Amino acid sequence: MSETTSTDLGVTPAGRGAPGSGPSDDARPILELRGVNKSFGPVHVLHDVSFAAYAGEVTALVGDNGAGKSTLVKCIGGIHPIDSGEYLFEGKPVNVHSPRDAAALGIEIVYQDLALCDNLDIVQNMFLGRERKNGIVLDEDTMEQMAAKTLQGLSVRTVKSLRQPVSSLSGGQRQTVAIAKAVLWNSKVVILDEPTAALGVAQTAQVLELVRRLADQGLAVVLISHNMNDVFAVSDRIAALYLGRMAAQVKASDVTHAQVVELITAGRSGDLGLTNGNGGAEGKEAP
Amino acid sequence: MSTTVAPDRTTTTQPQTLSQGVRGYLERVRGGEMGALPAVLGLIVLCTVFTILRPAFLTPINIANLFTQGAQITVIAMGLVFVLLLGEIDLSAGFASGVCAAVLAVTLTVHGLPWYVAVAAALATGMVIGLLLGTLVAKVGIPSFVVTLAAFLAFQGVVLLLVRGGTNISIRDEVILAIANRNLPPAVGWLLFAVGVLGYAAVQLLRVRRRRMHGLPADPLSLVAVRVGTVAVVAGLAVYVLNLERSRNALIVSLKGVPIVVPLIVLLLILWTFVLRRTAFGRHIYAVGGNAEAARRAGINVDRIKIACFVICSTMAAVGGIVAASRGASVDPNTGGSNVLLYAVGAAVIGGTSLFGGKGRVLDAVLGGAVIAVIDNGMGLMGYSAGIKFVVTGAVLLLAAGVDAISRKRAAASGLR
Repeated sequence: MSETTSTDLGVTPAGRGAPGSGPSDDARPILELRGVNKSFGPVHVLHDVSFAAYAGEVTALVGDNGAGKSTLVKCIGGIHPIDSGEYLFEGKPVNVHSPRDAAALGIEIVYQDLALCDNLDIVQNMFLGRERKNGIVLDEDTMEQMAAKTLQGLSVRTVKSLRQPVSSLSGGQRQTVAIAKAVLWNSKVVILDEPTAALGVAQTAQVLELVRRLADQGLAVVLISHNMNDVFAVSDRIAALYLGRMAAQVKASDVTHAQVVELITAGRSGDLGLTNGNGGAEGKEAP
Repeated sequence: MSTTVAPDRTTTTQPQTLSQGVRGYLERVRGGEMGALPAVLGLIVLCTVFTILRPAFLTPINIANLFTQGAQITVIAMGLVFVLLLGEIDLSAGFASGVCAAVLAVTLTVHGLPWYVAVAAALATGMVIGLLLGTLVAKVGIPSFVVTLAAFLAFQGVVLLLVRGGTNISIRDEVILAIANRNLPPAVGWLLFAVGVLGYAAVQLLRVRRRRMHGLPADPLSLVAVRVGTVAVVAGLAVYVLNLERSRNALIVSLKGVPIVVPLIVLLLILWTFVLRRTAFGRHIYAVGGNAEAARRAGINVDRIKIACFVICSTMAAVGGIVAASRGASVDPNTGGSNVLLYAVGAAVIGGTSLFGGKGRVLDAVLGGAVIAVIDNGMGLMGYSAGIKFVVTGAVLLLAAGVDAISRKRAAASGLR
């Protein structure tokens, strides 16, 4: 696992020097959405949303309840097809129609509700949908070894046996399994939906440390969170959604705590954010 | 992920000794994961009670009868396990087996085609039925209860139409009749026993060796020995008893050997257990039953899995129909009707398959089928009327579903599920 991710690290920075559409530096985003719209029947959830995630960085996606964070993530993950707009991966336009398409690109999502099957054990969950096989027979041994290696890499100490059902795990353990499941696959982009929401103090610190480590290894990490402390602790960039519009995507070092809160609650803060309160055509980027 | 922190051992607590294995099992049972325990205990209690009350229960002829009586229900229940694993239900499986049996009979007698064509036609009918039901449930989104209830009524009519308004089509094809009425020569019975037990032992031992080689925790050899020993003793006893002479007058006609339907059931048991436990398809069935949304997000085609399970269920119902036609040597409008479906659902649930989905094995259907067959047979020997039989079977089914529900609650409390 560690070898393969570090080769990724060797590859991705090559694209870094290239001139790109990044808001304030030259890096080219590995994942980029432009002008994405999404409606559910009469409800227009995402309005011309643009979003970018960069390799080796943690991009925090923030926004109030109902701002469209989860919908945006599901569009990225191929759960919901986008109605209109561009979806670029490594600079090339791609079509993502199903979770398999997203996984094939190297995009992994850890959902808020974790999406684990309670009746399956840890190994079975980590390989769900992508089982290793010998002919038609499942290759349980290889899967168990890979799972053990990955969990060791994440320094998980609390799990008794890899063959215990997920239903018997605690919230933190489940989160770890879900994250381990995402990083098992040489992924390039890992999206974490509220990974610390249900965790205690120590476990939160562990997960944040893990988030930072993923980015330092060259992955693009998207962190959805309500917790400003978490956001400022680990992120390089902050993208704020407001009522289905991208209010701003800025470097974390360029903004203050209060500004982000304003972006979340009002959609604007000083010259940052949407041109008027209920949204212009497009979110304005940082100067 | 190789940074910092020394790697910890994450895989421990696999039973290292037999006693640890036993303790682990007891802990799981107390935690609400009963598995096949209620069915096995029930089987032992029922057999003991019936043997004491009616010594005729334990005669070789009655035991052979038990196997053939339970065969249809067991086969249908095996198919139902797949649908139950999804958390769905198939109420039409009984009459689906009737329709398939009628197709078999009509192909054989009216069209005069050979047995293999008739069997193929019956199985194909089962697949089409499953495809239809599965599509209605998965793609159209009608609850399986309603779809299969409608099919239950409709198929009843289809059987009537196929057998031309309620006449009885008798079957004379030797091969079809042999399935439930002929026996294997005793030597072949023992040969199959030896092959089966040695094969099981080999699979178990190879698994332990492979896991040890890969440095993974493996079951202790003593536990493997106990498992293989249990299978050998139970199967050996069954073959021995079935190989005893059970004809009332052995000089006129000798009647001994394992009924052909028994290896058929064992074969189906191995096949479907393999599919459920060792293939990605089986893993996906459990995943859909456990958390359909998670399965969908993992990229599993949930609709396809659902349709496939209904196809398997109805195809197994067709096999059950063939067995029933063979045993009755005829097909009439009541084949697969009356209590067959409820007995089959009962068999799967009594064996430990959950009605809530995500939990169950094909072996459950066999154990539960045995319980149902013993109740039916034993009560018959006691001379009780059909009415009392129904009441008792209903009570047992309710008990089994109750055990399932309560064990789920316990498991939730102890954090196992």
